[in-house]
This record gives sequence, C-alpha cells and structure tokens, in this order.
Amino acid sequence: MTDSQSYEDVVKDKGETQFAQFEDERKGFLGTVQHTLHVNPALVPLIILVTAIALFGMLLGQRFFSAGTLTLILQQVQIVGVLAAAQTLVILTAGIDLSVGALAVLCTVIMGQFTFRYGLPAELSLLIGLCFGALVGAMNGFLVSRVKIPPFITTLGMWQIVLASTYLFSRNETLRSSQLREEAPSLLFLGNKVSIGGANFTFGVILMILIVVALAYALRSTAWGRHVYAVGDDPEAAQLAGVNVHKTLMSVYILTGLICAVAGWVMIGRFSSVSPSASTGVIGNIQSITAVVIGGISLFGGRGSIYGAFFGAMIVGVFEMGLRMAGADPQWTFMLIGMLIIGAVGLDQWIRKVSA
Amino acid sequence: MTQPILTGKNLVKRYGKVTALDHCDFELYPGEILAVIGDNGAGKSSLIKALSGAVVPDAGEVFLEGEQVKFHSPIDARAAGIETVYQTLAMSPALSIADNMFMGREIRKEGFMGKYLKQLDKKKMEDFARQKLSDLGLMTIQNINQAVETLSGGQRQGVAVARAAAFGSKVIILDEPTAALGVKESRRVLELILDVRSRGIPIILISHNMPHVFEVADRIHVHRLGKRLCVIDPKDYTMSDAVAFMTGAKEAPVQ
Ligand SMILES: Nc1ncnc2c1ncn2[C@@H]1O[C@H](COP(=O)(O)OP(=O)(O)O)[C@@H](O)[C@H]1O
Ligand SMILES: [Mg+2]
Repeated sequence: MTDSQSYEDVVKDKGETQFAQFEDERKGFLGTVQHTLHVNPALVPLIILVTAIALFGMLLGQRFFSAGTLTLILQQVQIVGVLAAAQTLVILTAGIDLSVGALAVLCTVIMGQFTFRYGLPAELSLLIGLCFGALVGAMNGFLVSRVKIPPFITTLGMWQIVLASTYLFSRNETLRSSQLREEAPSLLFLGNKVSIGGANFTFGVILMILIVVALAYALRSTAWGRHVYAVGDDPEAAQLAGVNVHKTLMSVYILTGLICAVAGWVMIGRFSSVSPSASTGVIGNIQSITAVVIGGISLFGGRGSIYGAFFGAMIVGVFEMGLRMAGADPQWTFMLIGMLIIGAVGLDQWIRKVSA
Repeated sequence: MTQPILTGKNLVKRYGKVTALDHCDFELYPGEILAVIGDNGAGKSSLIKALSGAVVPDAGEVFLEGEQVKFHSPIDARAAGIETVYQTLAMSPALSIADNMFMGREIRKEGFMGKYLKQLDKKKMEDFARQKLSDLGLMTIQNINQAVETLSGGQRQGVAVARAAAFGSKVIILDEPTAALGVKESRRVLELILDVRSRGIPIILISHNMPHVFEVADRIHVHRLGKRLCVIDPKDYTMSDAVAFMTGAKEAPVQ
C-alpha cells in the first residue's frame, strides 16, 4: 500500500491484485468486544438478564428460580414488553414516542365503551380499538414526517391529548371484571393461560413473544426493516439511496399505534378490567423507553435489536421481583434501573465509536 | 448531430437568497464521458441533483432521450435508468456493504418466503455485491457484511461507485468520485469509468482533478456562477486554460 512510486506498474502489471483490502484494523481484546457488540447489540442486555436471574436464583433459591416465579415475571412485564416493541420501532427511526402508554389506555376504554355504551359486539369494538390505535399512529407519523414537528414534541402533545380524551370519553367510568366476563369475554381473551408444569403462560405473554419475534424477522429479513434502519441512521442518505423516507416513517408510526392498541387488549386481559386511570397512561412511555434503552437500542436511531428491548423489559421485571422477594426497599430497584440506563447509553456511545 | 440522451433547459434552483442554478442548460450525448468542472459553490452538485431527482428545480425542464421527464425523487430517476454517486455518498453507515448496495432495490427470495413473507435473498445480494466489488478490486471476499462505517473514506467511495456502475442502465452520474481516494483507487475508478463507457453508457463526471478530467473526458462542461459557461474539447485546450475559464481569469471561447 505504501509503495506509491510504482503504482502505475502495479496497476498495469497486476491489474487483478486487490490493493484496497477491507482489513479489520481494530486489534486486541477490547477491539474484539467492541466489534462483537456492534454486530450483536442485544448481547449485553441478554448477559445482564441471565446474570440477574442467576444471582437472584442463588440468593433466593427455589422461591425465585422456579417456573412459576419466572413466568410470573413474564406476566408482569407483558404490557411494558408490548409497548417496548412499539417504542423500539420509533426509536430505530431516531424518534421517540411519549404517547404509547396513554394510547394503550385509550384503546382499552374504546374497546370497553363501544361494547357497553354503544352495544356493539365485543369483537367489533376490539377491531375498532385496534384501528383507532393505528389512526393515532398515522397522525403522529404525519406530523413528524410531513409537518416536520420533532417526534418528542409531536408525541408530547399527543400524549396529553390522548390522556385527556381518555378521561373525557370514559366519563371516568371503570368497567369491572364481572361485567366483562359476562358480556365481553373476548376482551378478556389474552388473560387466559396455558400451564405447563408450574409454568403459566397467559395468551398475552405468548402474544408479546410473537410480536417481538415477528418484528425481529421483519426488521432483519425484509426490505422494510432495512429501510427503517437506514431512515434512522441518516434520512437524507436513505432518501438519496432510493428509500421512500415518508412512507417508511408513516408505516413505522402506524404500526406503533397498532401495537399500542394491542397492548391495550393485553391490559384488559391482565387486569380483568377497563380503567381510564390505569398507571400505564402516565408511566407507560417512560417504562417502555427504559426497556428500550437498557436493551441497547440507540436513541440516535438506526442501531439495536428488538430482542434487546424485550430483554430490557425482562431485566426490569427480574429486578422488581427479585428485590421484592429479598425484602429490599423498592427504591433499590429504581436505583439499579437508573444505573443501568446510564450504563447502557455510555456503552452505546462506545460501540458507536467504531465509525470514527 | 445526434440527439442528446439527457438534456437540461433553463434550470433554476434557489436556496433562499442563493441562486445555485441560474437558467442553466446542459446536454449529455450518447456514449460520451462529459466532465463538469467549476469552482466550489458554482452549482455543479445542484445541477446533477436537478437532473437526478434529488432536488426539484424551481424552473426549467429535463429531457431523457428527447422525452420530458419530471423526477420527484431519486427513486424516479433510478427507475428511468439514471444512477448517481452523490458527493455525500448516500450510505447508511450502520448497515452492511450489501445492504447499502441494494438499498431501495432489494432482492426477495423466490417462492413462499419471498412472496408472502417478503424475505430477502441475502445470499444472492451478497454474492452480487462481492462480485461487483472485486471487479473494482476493492474487496476481499469475507467482509461483505461489514458495516459501511468501518470502512475508510476511499473504500466507501469505492462501494458507492460500484453501486452506481452495477445498476445504471442509461446514465451514470459521479459527483467527485475520486475526492477521497488514493492514487491507486482513483486509477481503478477511472478504469471503471472507461469500462462503463465501453458498454455504451454515458457518464457525467464532476471532478476537481484536471489530469483525470483531461485523461478521460470527451467534452468538458465548464460551470460558473450557476450556469454553463462553455463546453470545450479537451484536445483543443490545456488544463490551465480550463482552470482560467472556470475561475473567470480568461474569457470563455465563443461557441
Ligand atoms: N441544501 C442547500 N441549502 C442551501 N444552500 C445550498 C444547498 N445546497 C447548495 N447550496 C448553495 O448553492 C450553491 C451551489 O452549491 P453546489 O451545487 O453544492 O456547488 P458545487 O457542487 O459546484 O460546489 C452554493 O452557494 C451552496 O452554498
Ligand atoms: Mg459539489
């Protein structure tokens, strides 16, 4: 490479020689680690998750390390898990969605009230709820992509609008378990469970896992997925390279809204009720962003794996359950989660340095 | 004279108060290498962006093979067979070389997986990308899945040029394709340009490198202050003449 004097000869004599080889120049152990994480961004949260389960298992024994407890954790994270899947899509495009939790709650209210107030069949109300979620997603997408309002602002506004609509539309009315069970069992469908040994999988948990696996496939193995990453990485470059950036953003926000509505359906199954004041409306956004960030997905867009977000949600669930069983003050959970968030973002900065 | 393959007439593009293209005309003829030279900020990139759909001109018309075309995005121009290497390269740094080469024109698997589950045929795309890069002498075989951000500037440029050369069917536009390249890589790109011309595909080459321009160009479009100043034949003028025209040090020849 340094023999520049004779370059004309090289070119003429050895026309076939490869003179600009794509060598990996980062050497040593740290370089290898950095590269591995760059290629497999979900590895760190997976390691943390497995370590946390192992540690609590050793500390608490069978009480924690049992099929029953571990699947209970899954049940406790199912709502946040589904919301985190939705949040992942938006964050991969370098956006953020503060309206996810509130939208899920509004969809539960729509599914419930359309059945009980307007007397529609529960299945139809469910469908209307899902369509409504997609519609709100489309509004977010339009405001971000066409009107060019930053995603943070768009969804900050939408969060408040959706939250207020929830109270206004529901008239602050809660639908109780007995009502739902008798007149709208399909709204409770995702609360059903299958038990294998001591393990209990609710349909909501199974649906969460299916959503994560399906999105992982779509993001990795379809053109749409490649476009989502490209748009998050550098929208101008993606546009010039032949990606329809507007269409990609719209599809992401619509899908996010739809998944939020699914999260609403999961919520009804989990709580056996429809409550406009469910805490998810207020903290669902922060919970989902926390899972995504701990999951190693870059807030700058274009980097990360949706499995990471799932592991992130599980890590939070394992900490909550483990520390509660160990009798620790719940504040320790928040303390640990806070440290993990900062650690994860620091790690992301380091991983992204390979581009330097 | 034959009909131009790509024509721009009276193109105007303004960015706020800056007029990047000021009633600019442009012609590219079949089978030729047309160099576009001009000072920084003369509007060369704006010209090729107007021709390739990356910007929509405020006024003026573009014709491809005599038919008026209105490109609203680079996707339209690509569909018409015009392939561009932009000065900024238009790569997604975190994605792989193969992903980048096929961005916006991915190949799906055949059969059920491709048709209903839209699964990409990664192997096919990787093989193709590997082939194109080794044609350019830019590649060792095992690294086609490397993220573009791990490549050097020259290697990235090589990938962008390979992408355009692989897919361009009517016109290939290269905006300063050798700016970040070393001597040997530049030579490769020049050979590739000549190779593309021998396949009958005309090329627009924007470059600051006068020896390169004079080596490969059939005609030179001198761009100054947002419009075409003149078109010269490299056999009739010296490099210092060309530089004098583009900087305004010398009157342009009467056409
Ligand atoms: N996106 C843009 N926004 C504002 N001004 C621009 C933009 N693109 C180009 N310009 C301006 O237009 C003029 C021509 O730029 P350009 O076409 O890039 O010239 P060249 O490629 O010949 O260096 C310059 O003054 C530049 O600053
Ligand atoms: Mg330029």
